[in-house]
Amino acid sequence: MATKTDILTDLAAIVDEIAGVPADDVQLDKEFVGDLDVDSLSMVEIVVAAEEKFGVRIPDDQVKNLKTVGDAVDYIESAQS
Amino acid sequence: MTKLPTSAVAGAPHTALLGLGVYRPSRIVPNADIVEAIDSSDEWIQQRSGIKTRRFADEHETVQMMSVASARTAIERAGIDPQQVDGVIVATVSHLLQTPAVATAVAYELGLNRPVAFDISAACAGFCHGVALASDMVRGGSAKYVLVIGVERLSDITDSRDRGTAFIFADGAGAVIVGPSDEPGIGPVVWGSDGEQFDLIRQREDWRDVLVAETPEMPHLMMQGNAVFRWAAFEMAKTAQATLDRTGITVDDLDVFVPHQANMRIIDAMARSIKLPPHVAIARDIADQGNTSAASIPLALDRLVELGEAKSGDLALFIAFGAGLAYAAQVVRVP
Repeated sequence: MATKTDILTDLAAIVDEIAGVPADDVQLDKEFVGDLDVDSLSMVEIVVAAEEKFGVRIPDDQVKNLKTVGDAVDYIESAQS
Repeated sequence: MTKLPTSAVAGAPHTALLGLGVYRPSRIVPNADIVEAIDSSDEWIQQRSGIKTRRFADEHETVQMMSVASARTAIERAGIDPQQVDGVIVATVSHLLQTPAVATAVAYELGLNRPVAFDISAACAGFCHGVALASDMVRGGSAKYVLVIGVERLSDITDSRDRGTAFIFADGAGAVIVGPSDEPGIGPVVWGSDGEQFDLIRQREDWRDVLVAETPEMPHLMMQGNAVFRWAAFEMAKTAQATLDRTGITVDDLDVFVPHQANMRIIDAMARSIKLPPHVAIARDIADQGNTSAASIPLALDRLVELGEAKSGDLALFIAFGAGLAYAAQVVRVP
């Protein structure tokens, strides 16, 4: 079972690759749209990459609830358990 | 009971695209002309779609007129006599005279010899559906030279105030002749639909509901962009791979990738997903043509040929997807 820190590290790498945001900037309190300038289409790509990486399903109607990186990490953690 | 005799009708062993023609409408519409009604900016539109300008048809550039213009070029480049064309398939969702099929009027205006002529409704996937049907008709002996046209005047059914679609849709036409060939020039089609997602891209309401409204208005197209993006960029990449597998080639054998020009972001994501090698030319006609639905693949291929990035004999992967959701893909040799 991955810890929160593991999930954050892997998610930061995904955000870096897809949206070009340096992995170090991807912190739990950061908002995808407001702080990291990730647009809605990049968010879809990040979600799909995260689904593959973490073996979880993140439906479209859940994506809008993932405002911060921490929201996403929490969602992935609970979906894995 | 009389048995039906075994048919003596034989089709061609193989088929190919024999000629390509397009029609690009006259009005060039930059993002600057779109942004005010949707409270947006040129930068925002380019970032989300890769579209800089698009073309809208003027009042004379009807679905029929654009079809005929693109078809004339396709027939001429195929090097056949118009009288030899014995089938016409028009893929469109924006011929607003619902019946009869515009294909019959196109055939008449072209002076064809009363061919079988019908329209198909498969939205943005229509052109690839038409190529597959035409190829099967020629191989089955039901026709010899089939004119396939993808044509749209989406500007008529696009809501200029809708932030989700106003900057995307556009107009145009493209045509090919599908005919017999000594060598395979059109590979097997991979196609299907997912009606569970019927509402993702659709005409907003039924005509009967429009007519009872207090102020009747054209039933515009609507689209749930993010959900469509997810399906198109990722599910369709799997369909692209399945098409290569079914054809018996790999991505390294391709010369050209011509996806439906839905959105530059979809094109980029799809190219990454299927791991296109750098030598494969990618069609990016959408930048100054917009999303022309059924017309986008022939328009995009024509642009690549014009730019010298694709040449006759190259192997091209077509993949088209859209409302339905419906999709179709095949590998072809560039005519």
